[in-house]
Amino acid sequence: MADDLFKALADPTRRTILDELAEQSGQTLFEICSRLSMKHRLGISRQAVSQHLAVLEAAGLVETRREGRYKFHDLNTAPLRQITERWPVPDPSRPEESPS
Amino acid sequence: MKIHLTSVFVDDQAKALRFYTEVLGFVKKYDVPLGETDRWLTVVSPEEPGGTELLLEPAGHPAVKPYRDALGADGIPLAQFAVADVRAEYERLSGLGVRFTQEPVEMGPVTTAVFDDTCGNLIQIATQPE
Repeated sequence: MADDLFKALADPTRRTILDELAEQSGQTLFEICSRLSMKHRLGISRQAVSQHLAVLEAAGLVETRREGRYKFHDLNTAPLRQITERWPVPDPSRPEESPS
Repeated sequence: MKIHLTSVFVDDQAKALRFYTEVLGFVKKYDVPLGETDRWLTVVSPEEPGGTELLLEPAGHPAVKPYRDALGADGIPLAQFAVADVRAEYERLSGLGVRFTQEPVEMGPVTTAVFDDTCGNLIQIATQPE
């Protein structure tokens, strides 16, 4: 599972897809492709975007649901928690413990 | 050469005519009976009565369903119409119960949205910058 997660995050196009889903969850493949080409000038094929989405889905970062005839992609950031569980982030609200 | 006519397949021509005229606001141009039930049915924009006609074509051919199902699943629109203000049109159509698969979003220079025409198609509306 963790390997899938790191593999999914390693690609800049996939990170851009996650950025766009963070801005608006529940997008069709068409909308994701439109955003990548029009907003990010990424000239990649629909098939390539589909493959990127499949990698993100395998890592649990993207979930799909069908509504009637249409398929929507949602962001799920829960798997990212594994990263901070493995390498904990210090809580900024707590004063740093000084080694006196 | 110029584009004089383009078409979308529709499940039911009478229902499509209602949606395209009463909801979207186009006007009927030609309505000619063809065969037993089919009609040569076109609509135009009231802003451009002599402009491009949209043919509301019966979707009975067996190739149409798999084609439209596959495009629908991926959210790919079958046609694009120009509107003065996508957000205003989104509000107006949503208020009339039209279901959007893509809410208005700025895509670089254009703003677009995509809705379900209730006749089996997705339609994109777009506002181009002046």
